[in-house]
Amino acid sequence: MKEELFVSGRDIPNIDPYLNIWHWQIPLYLYLGGLAAGILFFAGYFTIMRKEKDMEATVKWAPFLVPFALVLGLFALFLDLKHKLYFWQLYTTVRFTSPMSWGAWTLMLITPISFIWVATYMKELFPKWDWKFEFLNKAEAYAIKNRKGIAWIMMMLAVILGVYTGILLSAFNARPLWNTSILGPLFLVSGLSTGLAASMWMSKSKYERKVLSRLDLIMIGIELFLIIHLFMGFLSASEVQIEAAALFLGGEFTVVFWVFVIILGLIFPAVLEILELRGFHIPVWIPALLILIGGLVFRFVMVEAGQITRFLY
Amino acid sequence: MRYAMAIDTKKCVGCGDCVVACQTENNVPHGYCRDWIVENVTGTYPNVEIELRSERCNHCDNSPCVRCCPTGASHIVEGGIVMVTPEECIGCGACIQSCPYDARYSHPEGYVDKCTFCKHRVDNGQLPACVEVCPTKCLYFGDLDDPNSDVSKALQNRKWKVLAPEAGTKPQLYFLT
Ligand code: SF4
Ligand code: SF4
Repeated sequence: MKEELFVSGRDIPNIDPYLNIWHWQIPLYLYLGGLAAGILFFAGYFTIMRKEKDMEATVKWAPFLVPFALVLGLFALFLDLKHKLYFWQLYTTVRFTSPMSWGAWTLMLITPISFIWVATYMKELFPKWDWKFEFLNKAEAYAIKNRKGIAWIMMMLAVILGVYTGILLSAFNARPLWNTSILGPLFLVSGLSTGLAASMWMSKSKYERKVLSRLDLIMIGIELFLIIHLFMGFLSASEVQIEAAALFLGGEFTVVFWVFVIILGLIFPAVLEILELRGFHIPVWIPALLILIGGLVFRFVMVEAGQITRFLY
Repeated sequence: MRYAMAIDTKKCVGCGDCVVACQTENNVPHGYCRDWIVENVTGTYPNVEIELRSERCNHCDNSPCVRCCPTGASHIVEGGIVMVTPEECIGCGACIQSCPYDARYSHPEGYVDKCTFCKHRVDNGQLPACVEVCPTKCLYFGDLDDPNSDVSKALQNRKWKVLAPEAGTKPQLYFLT
């Protein structure tokens, strides 16, 4: 048998013996971005469909989470930067070939829009709310009048944001686990599903929950389908990608991935949602929480595992 | 102009002088390095073969690290040298992820650092520090477009390979085998 021994005299922190330059901040950032995209997408969608009355939590209340999620996500990204004082350099240029740049600019647009969206519902949540300044009241009235327009922009940006959370990883050819274009749609759908879960959890109306859990079942179905494709793609690709897939098929990420992401994060909540739709009584927070946790674990697993995979030479 | 380097794996003895020269020349912080030695042993005892490689950034022609940089800190200068401007780098780590050779590292001061082909020396007509000190003279540096440069001549009559060509980055370190 031919053996190969590979010794490198190098021992650079966070790079040798294997890369670990992105820690918890990036997966958290990707997760919160996906969650925000999911919530805003459906808030926009049901507004455009004129369903504000029936889908109150989705359109009005869940978006209140978004500004927090986005600011927290940006803060996590900021924590990840190693040259923090220079972070403003992100906003001195637009780089079309850099997903990081796309994401920074998308967030720059979608964060204020989420604030505006929430502001237009402030008075409905707190009836005594007053904007204090006349021009703010005027701005609010203007925004409320143009909600539909905002909804369209919001939906579009939400899709870009959701896809971006996957593309940030898939653009790295050097990490075979990430280097698949399925990651864009996969992270988008996963983000939409977590967004639906959050809205579902906040909803008090039976009708609304039913609509949301039906949509969520579709999302889970698509997600499982994309994950199967992900592995089919890997297993029929080059050696480095077969090895990347092996991390999940017997390798060190097998248990977390299949137990927490696939079973507890997708299949089990789907079963619960089906039972609920069939008339069994199941507290809504259980599937919602499972989906939210599953999405988070998924980001962590993908970011961690991806950094281990590399080209062999 | 296209700067490149050829490394004679048959002549290299793995002494590590290039590593130390680089650390000294470029003030590389303790514990880090811009170039390093890889010892690749293949075969079954007693029929083993050893390949010694002095590796560094490949100054790729199709460099993913430059493409993915959100600020333009990573950029290409004349002669195809890939450089990082510390004052523009935010330390996001994207370029570290994008490099198939793990040639970049995060400098303790926050920005990303890597081999520059000793641009400051090359601009003055000198050779990179590693090339200069190599006791076996197994490193060749120069302009590939010039048929009389050291690197072009070194590549002329020898078999060579580049690392992980399947990564598609068009690396510019040529290993003579
Ligand atoms: S070796 Fe790595 S850091 Fe150097 S140019 Fe190629 S991809 Fe960039
Ligand atoms: S770490 Fe610096 S050089 Fe690398 S991609 Fe980020 S900003 Fe560019």
